[in-house]
Parts: sequence; structure tokens; C-alpha cells
Amino acid sequence: MTVTRRNFLRGTAAGTILAAAPAIVGRARADDAIKAGIILDQSGGLDIYGQPMVDAVRLAAKEINDDGGLLGRPLELIFYDGQSSTQFYSQYATEAATREQVDVVQAGITSASREAVRPILGRYQTLYFYNTQYEGGVCDRNVFCTGSTPAQTVQKLVPYTMNKWGKKVYVVAADYNYGHITSDWVVKYARDHGGEAVGVEYFPLDVTDFGPSINKIQAAKPDLVISVLVGGAHVSFYRQWAAAGMKSEIPMASTTFGVGNEHLLMSAEEGDGMIVAYGYLEELGSAANKAFLDRFHAMHGDDAPYVNELAIRSYEGLYLWAEAVKLAGTAERMPVIEALESGLAFDGPSGRVEIDPKTHHIVQDVYLAELKDQQFSILETYPRQPPADTDLVCDLIANPNDATFYFENGLEAAGIK
Amino acid sequence: MDLAAILILQAVSTVATLVIISIGLAVIFGMMRVINLAHGEFIMLGGYTVFVATNAGINMWVAMLVLAPLVVGVIGIAVERLVIRHLYGRMIDTLLASWGLSLFFIGSITTIFGNTTTSQIASPFGAVRIGAYSISGYDIFLVFMAMTIVAGLFVLMRFTKFGLLTRGTMQNADMAAALGVNPGRIYMVTFGLGAALSGLAGGLLAPLSAVLPTMGAAFIAKAFITVISGGTAILFGTASASALLGTVNTVATYLTTPVLGEVALLLAAIILLRLLPRGITGRFLGRDL
Amino acid sequence: MRARRWRLIGFLALLLGGVAFAFGFPAFASLHATIQLTNALALALFALSLALVWGFGGILCFGQAAFFGLGAYAYAIAAINFGDTTFAWPTAILVPAAFAAALGYFMFYGRLSDVYLGVVTLTVTLILFQLFNSTAGPEYRIGDARLGGFNGIPSTPPLNVPFDGRAYLSPESIFVIAVLVLLAALFGCLWLLRTRFGRVLVSIRENPLRAELLGYDVRVHKLAAFTIGGGMAGLAGLLFAQNVLVNPALFSLLYTAQVIIWVIVGGLGTLVGPILGSIGLQYVMAWLGTLGWINPNLALGVILVAFVLFVPRGLWPLLVKVVTHGRRLVRGNGTS
Repeated sequence: MTVTRRNFLRGTAAGTILAAAPAIVGRARADDAIKAGIILDQSGGLDIYGQPMVDAVRLAAKEINDDGGLLGRPLELIFYDGQSSTQFYSQYATEAATREQVDVVQAGITSASREAVRPILGRYQTLYFYNTQYEGGVCDRNVFCTGSTPAQTVQKLVPYTMNKWGKKVYVVAADYNYGHITSDWVVKYARDHGGEAVGVEYFPLDVTDFGPSINKIQAAKPDLVISVLVGGAHVSFYRQWAAAGMKSEIPMASTTFGVGNEHLLMSAEEGDGMIVAYGYLEELGSAANKAFLDRFHAMHGDDAPYVNELAIRSYEGLYLWAEAVKLAGTAERMPVIEALESGLAFDGPSGRVEIDPKTHHIVQDVYLAELKDQQFSILETYPRQPPADTDLVCDLIANPNDATFYFENGLEAAGIK
Repeated sequence: MDLAAILILQAVSTVATLVIISIGLAVIFGMMRVINLAHGEFIMLGGYTVFVATNAGINMWVAMLVLAPLVVGVIGIAVERLVIRHLYGRMIDTLLASWGLSLFFIGSITTIFGNTTTSQIASPFGAVRIGAYSISGYDIFLVFMAMTIVAGLFVLMRFTKFGLLTRGTMQNADMAAALGVNPGRIYMVTFGLGAALSGLAGGLLAPLSAVLPTMGAAFIAKAFITVISGGTAILFGTASASALLGTVNTVATYLTTPVLGEVALLLAAIILLRLLPRGITGRFLGRDL
Repeated sequence: MRARRWRLIGFLALLLGGVAFAFGFPAFASLHATIQLTNALALALFALSLALVWGFGGILCFGQAAFFGLGAYAYAIAAINFGDTTFAWPTAILVPAAFAAALGYFMFYGRLSDVYLGVVTLTVTLILFQLFNSTAGPEYRIGDARLGGFNGIPSTPPLNVPFDGRAYLSPESIFVIAVLVLLAALFGCLWLLRTRFGRVLVSIRENPLRAELLGYDVRVHKLAAFTIGGGMAGLAGLLFAQNVLVNPALFSLLYTAQVIIWVIVGGLGTLVGPILGSIGLQYVMAWLGTLGWINPNLALGVILVAFVLFVPRGLWPLLVKVVTHGRRLVRGNGTS
């Protein structure tokens, strides 16, 4: 908070100069900051995801303010701790929109929290950014989703790993919407590439004993396992898998391993060899990323959290919005949305992120990486991947008044269900 | 054939894990009627002890088997002296206090260590193969540990002077006091013992799970259900309830899905309590061990 | 005599004050404050339901969240299918009440009591949690309402004008409804406890064996109290669902533990106490989440432990004590 406040003061000074020209600014709000409400979990079980996101947003705001703010006004962040409870999200979203009257809200980790926030911000006409990788399918002109969706990552991960290891795939997934939808995409891409899914198993988020399920996988004898497991309890799966000696027999790949610090929570020998797919990994070698990490560590110290896709998209999400504000020349909602829809792009640490006007999702680079000694090394880069799944169901150019979360997310359109 | 063998082993190991995560709660609730909602956090503190110790270069076995119970036992005694001591005979207030303690431990561990840990240890022993199947050697070690803990507690309670005094105090504290026993001290040591057993559980699970501030939440409900289903005889009750619920869980998970496996475990507990309203041992053994 | 007059004055003051507050608050407070308090009132009603079941029925229920969650789901499913929230009201009360009656019959007639009963209710709640969580697929739907698994039922409709599904009520009118519903529930409980049924219920709480030997059917009385409490919790679920959300987290350990905490903090064995405890703790938790410099869990943990040590009987008994003590001082050692 201190950083923001200091910048706020500095920015206020800049704002007063602008206020000298009253004709431009109208009634006495010139020295007001442009406000962004940030609702993320900084305590409770989800803080492992929320904390890096918060740190990344802080850095983005600091940089924007050091650069003179937005439209000559300072950018002020208002933080709310969702405390890993969806209920707080609706409460804080109402507070940010009606009491603080923020210009944008960046919020949400789980889909449940996003679906709690989304209708509220729609009702109160407040622009909303959702920066987490998720199952896809949100189609809402008021909402921009910057995270990767299954078609972007799974589409690359499945053929690559099948090519490497074999045709028989076993899917283990968290028993909630993201897990179900992602594993459906895994099954689809496995079939598309001449393979088959010999088993799909869903685990409640609080299961810690995976023994019987590991036996089941042994009975099915797959060539590889694809994991869509989520959260602290599910880390036990990887550890028990290694303990049962399976790691050397059946290799594993994942679209979720790493964003919850899974690669640190288990030892190197248990995790080595895991292949993952993301829109960003801290280990990217680009100069932009190196420079970003230097700034990040300068701000948050050496024990700053591992920067994952969620964190980088929180950083880039704030920048995308800030660029749109500059382009629109105002922080008002509709002009900013239109500016974002003009195909706005930003060159960030993860590569070039470009807003797809049709879906309000992101065209982004996707990376495959392999884990070694608790660090990822990049295997493949796939530039400019479109949000192919949401694209099947969502067309905000044709239907600008749509505000739906398409649950099946193109599964039907893709002929899966 | 090899499948049957591996499933039996798997069931036994699930049962052993249930015993390990429940036994600390069984001591604290069964002997002292304190509903300890911070039980999961005692397990978490055991895990953190192992995390800190192994990262400092201390041998993993020392950290798991000695330091984890020791550290958490000491924390337990401190908690008893500072808070629980004032609440004996007020079961409802211990609920509130231990919920507060649970939040306090989660919050302070997060504040001190952050919300993640870096593990340096993997479970030892490798895998045991049976035909096309395999099970972790560490799981078999956990079975051995569960048996050792139960046997050790039995010997402690049944054959030592401390055990006699403890059982006497739990049955009638006033009478024990009249006979010259200091009930306060007995309560303190018993609470510390329960905490130490929970810490040991956390230590033993550290190589198999993610050591995180919120990891306790996954254990508390299951431990609570196991202990209550077991009934009043803490050792035999907890062991037999674990055996029943663990077997049901393993078989159902293997035959159906993990969700239905969890549901089957919970349903088994409900049916059990409907048939035996005071738990497995309530009817036959009373307040024995 | 004097005690009765005081009680009457207290009743009237509460009633008039409550009604005045219901209509006055939205006029002065901001929209946000009104909405926030509406949500807090919904959860206060939830706490009141447990206050009745546990504090007066002596039923140690660790699963009150089951009825709260069922009420929320029943409301959402009914409202979406009918396209109108009018008939969602009775649905949200009757479904959880019927479930409570069935569960209560299973437990009380099976002679379950004490902590064993607590564990059965907790277990039932966790089963509901698991089952609702695993409804993520599109095949899980009731009529037009998709259950949605972990995400819950998105965009649950807010309350509407009776028999007109398109005329949504304003947040201000929903606030008035919430206050009036809570007041009605409170007075309903107060009345219930003054009836013959209520007195028998309290005598059962004090000593079930003695009550039974005096010829009262313990099981029927407990079952009735449990069912009423279930219906009330369902109503609270409705108020919560129409404004906040409907998802399986309502069945989680968090909600079921939280409501127990609210009742204890407010004062077990009182009705007003749990309402105050619930609203107070909700505001404290929301406030802690905006602080940023201290971990909210840590702070709340310290507050609760300090509370149990220094305010052992709960908030409301403390307030009553302070007030009566003060009155006694003013009047000079009178007896009342």
C-alpha cells in the first residue's frame, strides 16, 4: 500500500497542474486519481495463487505512475483481500463499484469468484478484467479475459506429448468446471491425433489419498498421464505417484502444474520430467522478461514469489487497460472498451498479447516446458495462439449485448458433446 | 490375484493413514472432551517442523520422528496453559477457542513463512511391486508406524503409572485430586501428548503432501468423524473406525470414482452411528481404552 | 410485575425500532452499505436458526449449513424454472424443512444425541458438499437450472414483485424485506418459546431424562424444533442466494463452523445475541480484508481467543449484565 500512497501523492501534484486548465476537466475532479479495484485472495487456501498476482499488479501500477500516471492523473489501486471466500468477492465488487466508483476492477481467481463478480459489475457498469487461466466461454462485452484457455494450451500439449510418449492417455482432473472442461478438450485432441483416452478420473479438491486411483491407472496401463489437478491437496497425487515408483514408468504432462507452486512443493526427484503448457513461465529467456524479473525482484525482494501465468497476466492486464485509457483519452467505460476492441496489443514479458475483439480474450504465445530441478526449461514456443474454444461460441461484434458464460465452452460446437 | 493383493495392501495403508491423522484428536477429545478444531493445524505445524528442519540440513528421520512431535507437543502444552486450561468443563467454549487458534496458526505461519514451501525431501524406500502393480514402500512404513503408535499408547495408558493417573483423572478428577494427584498437570500433559501425536502425523505426512499453511483443513473433518464413530474407547474405537471407513473408502474409490469413494466413507459413518448411536465401542467397552 | 412491563417495553421498542430502521436506513445510507447490511442480515437469520435449534432445543447441530445451502439451491432452481420468485419462497422454506424433518426422524428416533448427533449432521453436510460439487457437467440440471458444480448456479435472479417475474425489486426494498423477515423470525421464536411447546423444549434441553420421565415425548419435540430451524435456515439461504451467490461452498466446513462461532460469540441460549454476533463478526472480517498489513486469519484468531477468555458467556449476556448493573446503580441497589 505504501508505494501506492506515495505515488498517489506524487501524482496528485501532477494533477493540480492540470487542474489549472478548468475548461478541459470539468467540475473539480481533476486532482482525483484514476482508480482500479483489485480483488484477489491474499489469505486462505487460494493465496498461493493470489499473492504473486497482487505483487505483479503492484509493480505495473508503480511503473505506470513513475511514468507520469494516466492522462496526467495518478493511478490508485484499491486492494481487497477475497480471503478465499467467494462471498467476499460479491461484497467487495459492490463496494468497489458503488462506493469507490473505480474505473476498472481486476479480480477473481476461481471461476466461481468470477461468476460472483461479473453480474455485479455488469449491473453497475464497471469494466472488469479477469486475469486467470480458466475453462473459457465467458462472452460479455464488459469483461476482458487475459488468461489462457484450454484450446490454447491443450491443443499444443496433447499432440506433443503423444508424439513423444504414445497414444494411450489417462486424464486425472480436479472435479470442478475447469477440470471437466479441460479434460474434455484433452480427450478431443487425443482422438484427433489418433490416440485414445483409456481413463478419465475426477478428484474432489480436498482428496489427499490417491492410492486406489493410482492402482486404477496401473490397471489401465496408459502411455502417459495428463493432469488437470488443482490446489494444495492434489500435490499429494504427484508425490504418491512418485512414491509408488510410477514416475519412471509412465510420464506425465499438465496444464495446471506450476501455477500453484507444485514444482516447489515437491522435491526435484519427484517432479523432474513433467511437461507443462502455459502462456508464460518465469524461465522465459526473452530480454523483456529478464528486465521484468529484475524490476519485480527489485520491488519485492529476493524471496518474491515465483512468477507464473496468472501473475504475468495480472501485470499485462493492468497495462492493456492503461494503454486503452491512453488511447481513449478518458477512463470512461465505453470509450475504453472501444479502444480495447480496436485490436489493442501490448508487448509484455510473456510476448505480444493482443485483444481479440470478437471474444474479448487474448491472442497469445504459448510455451511448452519441461521440469528439471524445480525449474522449467522451455521446449517449444507457439506464437500468436487464438482463443479457439471461446471463438466457437462467442461473437461480441455480432452480438454486443451478450453477457453469457457459455458453460460448455464450444464443446458442443467442436462436436465433443 | 496380484490386483487383489495390492488392493488389500492399499486398504490397509488407507486405514493406517486414518489412524495416524485421527489419533491425536482421539486423545484430546476422547480423554478430555475438548473438541479441538485446531487439530488440522497441529498436523500442519508438524509438517512445517519437518520443512524447516530438513531445509536446515537436519536428517529427515530425526525431523519426522523426533522434532515434529516434540515441537508440536511443546506448542500444545503452551496452548493448554495459555488458553485451554481456562475452559475445562466448557466444551462449547473450547470449540470457539480452538477455531480461533486454528485461524491464528494459519495466519501466523503464513506471516512467517509465506504461503508456500520448497520441499527438499521425497518419500524414502521406493516402491514395492506385485505383478503389474506397485505400492509405495513408504505406505507400508506408515502401516508399521500406525501399529506402533497404537501399541505404544496402549502400553503407556495400561501399564504405566502415568497411564493409570491419567485414566483415573479423566474418570473422576475430583477423586483423583482428593487422592493427591494434580489434575491440572495431568490435563496439561495429556493435551501435550495429543498435540505431539498430531505433530507426528504431520511429520509422517510431510513427504507425501504439500506442506502449506492451509493443509490442515483436509484432515479435520475426516479425523473428527473417525474419532466419534469409534466411540468412547479411544484406542480400540479409533482403530476399528479407521479400519471400517478406510476399507469402504478404498473399495468404493477403486470400483467407482473418488467422489463416490468420499461419499461412501461418509455414508458408512452415518449408518454406523445410526446402528450404534454411541460409536463402535460405546456399547461394549464404555470408557475403556 | 416490573419484569413483565420491562419485557413489554423491550418488545415494543425492538419492533418499532426495527421497522423504523428498515425504512430509514436505506434513505440515509449509501447503496453499498444497504446491500452489505442486507447480506449480513441474511446470515444473521442463519445464525438465529441455529440459536433456536442449539441454544433452546439443545441439539448440537454441526450441519446447519446443509439447510442453508438447500434453501439457497431450492430458491435458485425454483426461481429460474418459474421465471418468478413468488413461489420460490415456499420452496426455499419447505425443501430444507422437509429434509430436516427426514434427517431429524432418522437421528432422534435412532436415539442419537450429543456429539454423535453433531457428527452425523456434519457428515450429511459434507456429503451434500461433495455431491453438489460433482455436478459440473451440463447433464446435471433441474428444469432450466443448471447446477454448475463448484461454480454453482450463475446469475441467480434477485427477488421480484410478487407474480411479476420481470419487475425486480430495488436493493432498498430487498433490504426492507430482509429486516422484516428477520424481525418476524425473531418474534416468531420468542413467541414459540413462550408456548407450552417452547417450555417443554427448554426443559428437555435442561434434562432430557427427567422430561421423558414426566411423560413428554423428547423425540417429537426435538424433531419439531429441528424442522423449524431447518426451514428458517432455508429462508436465510433464500435471502443470501438472491443477492450473493449459490454454490457448494455453502455446504462447506467454513459455513457450518462459522455459524457455530457466531452463535457462541453472540451468546448461546439467547436469540438476539447470535444475530448481533453474526453481524458484528461479518463486519470485522470484511474490514480485516481491506487492511492489507495484517493477515486476516491471524487477526480474527486473536480476536476469537481473547473473546472466549474475556467474554465467556457471549456478547448479549454481557450487554444485559452491563445494562442491568447500570440500572441497579442508578436506582440504588434495587432488586428487579
